[in-house]
Amino acid sequence: MDAFLNQLWIARWPLVDGLLTTLQISLAAIVIGTIIGVLVGVQLTYGSFVSRIPFRLYVEIMRGTPVLVSVLAAFYIPSVMGLSLTAKMAGILALSFFAGAHIAELTRGSLQSIPVGQIEAGRSIGLTFRQIVVNVLFPQALRSALPPWINTGVELIKGSSLLSLIGVAELLLNTQEVIGRNFMAIQFYVFSGCIYLVINIALDQAARTFDRR
Amino acid sequence: MRETTALLQIKNLRKHYGAVEVLKGVDLSLNKSEVVSIIGSSGSGKTTLLRCVNLLEEFQQGDIILDGEIIGYQSATGGERHRLKDRELSRQRSMTGMVFQSFNLFPHLDAAGNVMLGLRKVRGMGKAEAREIAEKWLDRVGLLPRRDNFPSQLSGGQQQRVAIARALAMNPKLVLLDEITSALDPELVQEVLMTVKSIADDGATLLLVTHEMRFARDVSSRVVFMEQGRIVEDDTPEEIFNRPKNERLASFLKSTRN
Repeated sequence: MDAFLNQLWIARWPLVDGLLTTLQISLAAIVIGTIIGVLVGVQLTYGSFVSRIPFRLYVEIMRGTPVLVSVLAAFYIPSVMGLSLTAKMAGILALSFFAGAHIAELTRGSLQSIPVGQIEAGRSIGLTFRQIVVNVLFPQALRSALPPWINTGVELIKGSSLLSLIGVAELLLNTQEVIGRNFMAIQFYVFSGCIYLVINIALDQAARTFDRR
Repeated sequence: MRETTALLQIKNLRKHYGAVEVLKGVDLSLNKSEVVSIIGSSGSGKTTLLRCVNLLEEFQQGDIILDGEIIGYQSATGGERHRLKDRELSRQRSMTGMVFQSFNLFPHLDAAGNVMLGLRKVRGMGKAEAREIAEKWLDRVGLLPRRDNFPSQLSGGQQQRVAIARALAMNPKLVLLDEITSALDPELVQEVLMTVKSIADDGATLLLVTHEMRFARDVSSRVVFMEQGRIVEDDTPEEIFNRPKNERLASFLKSTRN
């Protein structure tokens, strides 16, 4: 145990850096993913049949393929096309599109659970559709969308570990590098696992609290 | 008499859902401060007619003219008809107020907030001015003390009175009431009908669909009987209820007395 604590102290900065990168990537992905998801979700709910097709396609592809495939695609495809993205940017891109698809679906689910009478009531007092979305539908959808939205955040924090495979120095990759120096594989993998666990349990707890209200 | 004297004119209105004709050429006109009740069995097209006037439904033929303006469609007379853009439809909808059978209050806003939303976003009022008008109308329907309550904290009758305040606060030229007591417990019906009566006495122009025959007789200047997508009889309450000319109307009235 002493040996582990000793090594942990030596490895503290790479691990802290890794954790910060993990949080930074997850945060960026949830922000971008939420913007994509809300816009796509509104289209999926209220768009015409034809205008829904591309968005439906996007959501199905993202939900039907492993996140790792999107991560690798985001890493390799732009470079083939002559765009230079850093590994971190590619990773954020992939995770954002992944989150966007999930958030689009939960946005659609929340909006569809609102009775049509709410839209009609908004229309009858002369609100435009955009005003109805902002003032009538979103505030009501928020309640039911918040818990699954936080769950998407949990998925992102876990999913960000996949970026270790394209060389992003997040928590998992830095843990692996530390292990490469001190060979204490079990101790450090368990330690990193616990960090993921603590963050996600905390988020999950927050989701439950919102759910109860 | 010039055509424009009527506040609302419905001319040869036709609507179908696929092959099902719901409105088969409806003509109806309403003068300012008139109270017109539409009665008839379910499926006769009463509610659909009201929803067409509020532009919640599209229709295939005919014109609806509100205060001299053809609403819902561009170049409705002759040539191709085009449904107007959302912004224009919204402006026209704000000229009419609608109260729904199922209240449809906004559950995330309190009573005052429900009344204020349209004043703020559609009429562009500041918060203080909107609140003042909202409170005036909540007082008018007897619910000023409940202004901070959310819909879930109000009885059905109170919710419907807030809905009436929400519609009237917009100062609409015409108020449409769609079976507003049908979803209420029997003991709550009266308070809502009293509210409507007092608003009618104040000179509001009302077009209402109702199953409350006594109320229709009491409050209306005219009663219209609809049957299978057509207006069959359009007369004073006395004539409609005491001397029905149409056989269908007579049997309908008989059935409602049971």
